[in-house]
Amino acid sequence: MNSAILLPSILNGTTTGALYALVALGLTLIYGVLHIINFAHGALLMVALYGVYFLYKLFGIDPYVSLLIVPPLMFCIGYVLQRLVITRASHGRDENILLVTLGLSIVIENLALFFFKSDTQVVDTPYGFEVVEIFGAFLPYPKIIAFVGALVTAGALWLFMERTDLGRSIRALAKERKGAQLVGINVPHVFAMSFGIGVGVLGIAACLLMPSYYVSPQVGQGFVLIAFTVVVLGGMGSFGGALIGGLIIGVVEAVGGLVLGESLGQIGIFAVFILILLFRPQGLLGHKV
Amino acid sequence: MLEVRGLRAGYGHVEVLRGIDLTIDEGGIAALLGSNGVGKTTFNAAISGLIKPWAGTVLFEGSRLPGGNSQAAIDVGLVQVPEGRHIFPNLTVRDNLLLGGCRRGKTNRSVNIEKVLETFPRLRERLTQKAGTMSGGEQQMLAIGRGLMTEPKLLILDEPSLGLSPLLVEEMFELIVALNKQGLTILLVEQNVHLSLEIATQGYVMENGAITLSGLSETLLDNPELQKSYLGV
Repeated sequence: MNSAILLPSILNGTTTGALYALVALGLTLIYGVLHIINFAHGALLMVALYGVYFLYKLFGIDPYVSLLIVPPLMFCIGYVLQRLVITRASHGRDENILLVTLGLSIVIENLALFFFKSDTQVVDTPYGFEVVEIFGAFLPYPKIIAFVGALVTAGALWLFMERTDLGRSIRALAKERKGAQLVGINVPHVFAMSFGIGVGVLGIAACLLMPSYYVSPQVGQGFVLIAFTVVVLGGMGSFGGALIGGLIIGVVEAVGGLVLGESLGQIGIFAVFILILLFRPQGLLGHKV
Repeated sequence: MLEVRGLRAGYGHVEVLRGIDLTIDEGGIAALLGSNGVGKTTFNAAISGLIKPWAGTVLFEGSRLPGGNSQAAIDVGLVQVPEGRHIFPNLTVRDNLLLGGCRRGKTNRSVNIEKVLETFPRLRERLTQKAGTMSGGEQQMLAIGRGLMTEPKLLILDEPSLGLSPLLVEEMFELIVALNKQGLTILLVEQNVHLSLEIATQGYVMENGAITLSGLSETLLDNPELQKSYLGV
């Protein structure tokens, strides 16, 4: 195999990996920090993608302009879901949360099937197929924007967690609920805020994903498993780890597809996953506790 | 400053506190004494809003606190440093202190953090270290420091000497006296009866979920019953 196809495939994988990272970032907060196993992550991504799609179809709003609309809406959906549905239905037990979010994902996906049918929809923006050549690889503009978006989002989330009271409260709550109550942290509110922010980040992912991707009621399923893989691979709760983990998985998938053929490309993902965890059980940037 | 009347509380169907009456005067150190399992920690949880009392009233500076609302307790300046510290192990010392002032005392945070670091110079060396990696004594300092960040009017210290070496225990009691001299009212909840009564102004002895003895600490120290059951005299 010569470098004339290898390098473009690595670069292509990097941009796909950035999309995985974007989807995984929200999960890093929800699953990695708070240890809420959110199986509805993929279904909520699908909802956000439909949001972007309909804003474009009905009102002609560009997916990138939707960045101002969809993430805040998704934040509200996440906040309300956590506070009114997940907390109440799970009675504060973690294993119930898993079932509740799984149930939610089934309900949401089937509602989408019922209303939108199982057709795949795309937005055809004028720039959707424009490419730029980097080292012999032809990369679509939307993927490059998504790559930059993933970097910015990961950086912003990290800053938010390190430098704001809400970020500190979320981290504090993850380990020490009684201590959090004793300093006056509003525990249910902060839980819902984290969930809302995690889902809001899905809104960002959807806006950046839509110009180069498609939406269908099942679109989220392919992302859920990869997102969980990325979170664990990168190290629970580490945004930098999620970013690197996403990129690695994107590259491994692309190169694996090149070497083993498209349908076997995903084997590489889990082989790398197992290998890395064998030598770094805490994930790439995770901390031992 | 704090007036508790007929406080009852428990978990599930089990009643732990069977009607507690207790008054704490402003500016003093009150000691709540008793051995393991008599309900001291439940009492703390009930007055600082961590659990909802079954009955009774808690008056703080004359106004009634709503039961089961820890934020309301913090807002008026009733702050607890819990048994077992409950600091945030995954956060740095600085972030722990900052969160102490995330609700009450928010406007003076930078001033307060400086004050806490003057009181506990050891914490200054550890500012960027994860709190969970510190020694037990340092964690106890951090727990108290975090409590002070909340600008308490009444500071409840639940078993601050637990798990500390004898030398550190003595330091801890000196610190409590020093904090009190700065004008802070303190409720000291302890098993160490003798040391506590030596620094306290008032004392309450709890047994089986009720107050069995109370009074000025000098009087209590001389009380034959207390001497027999707690001081081994």
